[in-house]
Amino acid sequence: MSSRYRPLIPYLILAGSLIFVAVFAEFLTPYDPYAQNLENALNAPNEKNLLGTDRYGRDVLSRVIIGSQTTIFSALLLLLTISIFGSFIGAVCGFKGGKLDIFLMRLSDVFLAFPQMVFAIAAAGALGGGLFNAAAALAVIGWPKYARISRGLVLTIREMPYMNAAKMAGTSSAGILFHHVFPNIAGPVLVTAALDIGTIIMELAGLSFLGLGAMPPTAEWGAMMNNGRSMLQTASWVILAPGTAIFITVAVFNLLGDKLRDVLDVRGKKS
Amino acid sequence: MKILSVENVSKNFGGKKILDNINFSLNYGECLGVVGLSGCGKSTLAKIISRFIPCDGGKIIFCGEDITHKKNLHEIYKNMQMIFQMPEDSFDPRKTLGWSIAEPMKNFGIKNILERVKSLLVEVGLNENYFSRYPHEVSGGECQRAAIARAVSISPKLLICDEATSALDVTVQEKIIELLKKLCREKNISCLFITHDLVLLPKISDRVIVMHGGKIIEEGTPEKIINFPQSPFAKKLTEINFFKMNGEI
Repeated sequence: MSSRYRPLIPYLILAGSLIFVAVFAEFLTPYDPYAQNLENALNAPNEKNLLGTDRYGRDVLSRVIIGSQTTIFSALLLLLTISIFGSFIGAVCGFKGGKLDIFLMRLSDVFLAFPQMVFAIAAAGALGGGLFNAAAALAVIGWPKYARISRGLVLTIREMPYMNAAKMAGTSSAGILFHHVFPNIAGPVLVTAALDIGTIIMELAGLSFLGLGAMPPTAEWGAMMNNGRSMLQTASWVILAPGTAIFITVAVFNLLGDKLRDVLDVRGKKS
Repeated sequence: MKILSVENVSKNFGGKKILDNINFSLNYGECLGVVGLSGCGKSTLAKIISRFIPCDGGKIIFCGEDITHKKNLHEIYKNMQMIFQMPEDSFDPRKTLGWSIAEPMKNFGIKNILERVKSLLVEVGLNENYFSRYPHEVSGGECQRAAIARAVSISPKLLICDEATSALDVTVQEKIIELLKKLCREKNISCLFITHDLVLLPKISDRVIVMHGGKIIEEGTPEKIINFPQSPFAKKLTEINFFKMNGEI
């Protein structure tokens, strides 16, 4: 790894650990996260159940671990979809201009005019809840942000002499998009996406907390917090464990995003 | 025999006339200097000839063909290349110099690209190590040498140098001009050398046109323009340039 990327290592290790836990969640859970045992209901953290048990006697640690799969994977998948789709739309609009640009950008203005969470709640509610519907609702209002960012970036680099140089080098429009436009907008888009992981995890968890995301008995951090909501004063570990998991995950991905922004800004650095 | 003819070309931006009925021609193997102050329309003229922007009126004849509204730009660029003012900005910051020099060769079907890029780097006074360097890792002069290598890599018939030495210091300017002169002579490339610096023109151009307010106001050999300027503007331009050269302003 070149020295430029070295500052990223600690953050990549932290984010990688979270993803590792999500990928191998089935093998890491000490107990079956869905097995109910009412005799053990609402046990405080102890040697057997490190993070205690919930009202159905399910091991909270096992549910937090298996919940990372639902929460992190759905957030990453959603982010991948909206960032690729939005960036592609924005880049094409910025590069080609004309009526297509006007139409798609006005459409994005319409979506941007909605308060994001209110729209997601309304759409997820209208679609009938469920993690897929919640993600779809967030995707519908999530892509215009990426379209706007990438369009703005393309409008800036479109006027750079190297774009004219590429034209004179006989590179086709598609070639210019793939060789010169996308690599040059990838950095800022990637940083935005990395910073957005936290927001999307919180939004998905928020919808689940409101009962519009993952449905019981699926282990999902937002839904787990909703289950523990009424026991905040009597069995706080039920809500604190998934809450802390959300906090740590969001913080790690936000720090990674910040470092990525520093590292990917090559133009400011002379070797 | 003419390689380029610009006939009655005009261009307006927001109601303001930037180019007003421009007429000139360039012969095969000739180097024509275009001189004028900033804002006189030199770069607009270069952009119109290279088809980056359309003209509002007139014709551009290149290699005997009217290219004013030609759709297939690939055919035009096979014989026409350009060197830009800001060397670093004319290279994609995410590509190595080697990749960028190879780009036109790949697109215009030239073979043995790797060897050719390396020999071109040597030809322009760099070395093979520059192949894997990024534009921000080299100096302005080195970057401009790489830009020259890219421009001549496909052996074009016409090279447009749009203020190609303006961003460089005086000693580097001299070397770049020498290099351009040598390559144009060796490869029989015609050159349109656009500059605001009249002092440079005797070193490279065979003929000069002076532009002012979007019009050509004078034409002749560099010696004639410098020693016997006819128009009041050309006289003023000569005075400004030579005062500058003598350190008086």
